[in-house]
Amino acid sequence: MDAFVLQILNGLDKGGAYALIALGLTLIFGTLGVVNFAHGALFMLGAFCAVSLQKLLTLSQQIKDESVTFFDAYKEVPYLEIWFGDTGSMIIDYAVPLSILLAIPVMLLIGLVMERGLIQYFYKRTHAEQILVTFGLAIVLQEIVKSVFGANPVPTPAPEIVAGSADIGAMFGLGAGVVYPWWRLIYLVFSLIVIAIVFAFLQFTTFGMVVRAGMADRETVGLLGINIQRRFTIVFGIAAIVAGLAGVMYTPILPPDYHIGMEFLVLSFVVVVVGGMGSLPGAVTAGFLLGILQSFASMTEVKDLIPGIDQIIIYLVAVVILLVRPRGLLGRKGVMEG
Amino acid sequence: MSFFDDKINRRRVLQGSALLGAGLAAPMVMRRRAWAQEFRNDPGNAGSITLGFNVPQTGPYADEGADELKAYQLAVKHLNGEGDGGMMNTMKPSSLKGNGVLGKKVEYVTGDTQTKSDAARASAKRMIEKDGVLMFSGGSSSGVAIAQQSLAQEMGVIFMNGLTHSNDTTGKDRRRYGFRHFFNAYMSGRALGPVLQEEMGTDRRAYHLTADYTWGWTQEESIKNTTEELGWQTVNAVKTPLGAGDFSQYITPVLNSGADVLILNHYGKDMVNSLTQAVQFGLRDKQANGKNFEIVVPLFSRLMAQGAGENIKGILGTTNWNWSLQDEGSQAFVKSFGQEYGYPPSQAAHTCYVQTLLYANACEMAGTFYPPEVIKALEGFQFDGMGNGPTEYRAEDHQCFKSVLVVRGNDNPTSQFDLLKVVKEVPRSQVEYPPTLFGGELGPYEV
Repeated sequence: MDAFVLQILNGLDKGGAYALIALGLTLIFGTLGVVNFAHGALFMLGAFCAVSLQKLLTLSQQIKDESVTFFDAYKEVPYLEIWFGDTGSMIIDYAVPLSILLAIPVMLLIGLVMERGLIQYFYKRTHAEQILVTFGLAIVLQEIVKSVFGANPVPTPAPEIVAGSADIGAMFGLGAGVVYPWWRLIYLVFSLIVIAIVFAFLQFTTFGMVVRAGMADRETVGLLGINIQRRFTIVFGIAAIVAGLAGVMYTPILPPDYHIGMEFLVLSFVVVVVGGMGSLPGAVTAGFLLGILQSFASMTEVKDLIPGIDQIIIYLVAVVILLVRPRGLLGRKGVMEG
Repeated sequence: MSFFDDKINRRRVLQGSALLGAGLAAPMVMRRRAWAQEFRNDPGNAGSITLGFNVPQTGPYADEGADELKAYQLAVKHLNGEGDGGMMNTMKPSSLKGNGVLGKKVEYVTGDTQTKSDAARASAKRMIEKDGVLMFSGGSSSGVAIAQQSLAQEMGVIFMNGLTHSNDTTGKDRRRYGFRHFFNAYMSGRALGPVLQEEMGTDRRAYHLTADYTWGWTQEESIKNTTEELGWQTVNAVKTPLGAGDFSQYITPVLNSGADVLILNHYGKDMVNSLTQAVQFGLRDKQANGKNFEIVVPLFSRLMAQGAGENIKGILGTTNWNWSLQDEGSQAFVKSFGQEYGYPPSQAAHTCYVQTLLYANACEMAGTFYPPEVIKALEGFQFDGMGNGPTEYRAEDHQCFKSVLVVRGNDNPTSQFDLLKVVKEVPRSQVEYPPTLFGGELGPYEV
């Protein structure tokens, strides 16, 4: 039972990341009809917003390290600590949560520039051409990040106060071995909140209503005199923010490198396909579902039964879904069909 | 007939025999030179030679790769007579003169293995065919090292292994054209065993997380053999993909497995990530079977300790070399490397630096760059003053034998680099094994 709970939690926090990226992908596909292979790069850029802020906050003065006698060595002491002491250290400690404030405008801007500068010219082109151009863009963005930040992952820790693990066993009357890292629980809650905000925005605002109407029938909405294109551009920006925030909050779980987006991109596309192209609830459901499946497939009992299943489970599910229900779990009829 | 009768007398026969003998002997005397003209990338009368340094500049071992490259550059500098000479001043015996190798200036080209065998082979092939390298070298993945070693044998160009710790490198996959200075997983197991027994007792239940490639497999096997000899049980051994990043799905099953020791057969960033995540999941604060839960990392380095930060403190492992060693060679190298780059070298940097000097020295000893002669000079070569005490390149498998360090993440570092504390220096005799233990054939000198 304890092991079961742990694997569920593990699947949910992974699923949270998959769901957030897949949600953005589906938003873009549902509104603009573009298959955006640069979406993983947006996740990566979000992660590097956190890295950038951390680097900014830890700009340091070099002070000679007297404890090293063999050669001249220097210690790096952040200016924030020199100027503000413990307050400075605390600000540095909270670099990741603070990055959210930076990531929202930056990612919105990146999204808008990307859509206006490149993607809009590919609306009427084939999906294959859209994939090629967005994939190319992803590679360009990766290489830019690599040239600025290097090829190595950059450790970006969570605040000290949530660096440990929560004793879930004691909280919910389970076994003593049921502990789970605080930051992963925070990530799960964070992803649920972001998903809820996006759904509420689309469901309960006039803007959201128009966007949903445009997703259903773009031409009719246009004929009503509504500039649906401008709204879709903003939706692209929102999708970029969602992917970026997913990236920012993921940095303490996995130190980001320039390639991190690509690793998530492939999985997220599988999530979108399984959930159903163009279906927002489908993307979220499939994200969590595949996260949990992947987690269970890593259990020793399962791996003993089918060796290597943890590596292929997601793709196996995708193959089965495509064979049995080609439009995905919650996919609408007619999307990318015929 | 009279002609022959006239000419063939005793004197004539002797004269003829002498001439014939001289004629036959002349090529024998010059044969070494004649061979020396017929090998790949022979520098001939050129004023310089090129070496190839093929290291992971991207991928899970990129940190080690960056340090390796710095060490190679320093070695080239020293070979060319620049800088303070580093370990060239302490190496014994040494034929190095500080004027390049055999009077030719040393130049180098670099490549990125990406920690992938196919990329490493492609990069090495480019170095050999386009850049004309005489020797190539690099680490830090055994899979990659083995792939390059086999290419070396195919192409007749010597490969000096950088950091590679799999038993297979000088075991079943050994090659005549490949040499390893670094220690291996078997030696880690033999060195670590007595310390584990002393600190954790004989009644333990171990859970292995293992990088799923040749190095991980052989390390898991070696450590399992050692711990099971101590009386430990192996609860489970789970393979994880190289560069997995997030190991949480593999760590959660450990929590309720009944194990009280987690052995991480991971290296580089994989180890940094898996250890950090294991600590995040509360494994270091956990009690199991009435004992403190322990984590062991059989192979680790200062670079990894730096990446893992606080999490490495108190954790046991082994290492090939550490910058805190007080011998003359280590001190010379640390001083030289530190002055150049502002921090001490890692074990990966050390082994790569030493390998470059050893190759150069073997060329000087052989008096030629002709690979079979250089190989023979390296085989069985005994040396000292390179940071590991008396060391021998065993001829039968091209594995260096020397003492092994058991280390612990330092609880009370005295400086920002003082991250590993040497617990024990295990002598060569305790980690040595017969050359036939892991099988394998070196292959021919001539290819």
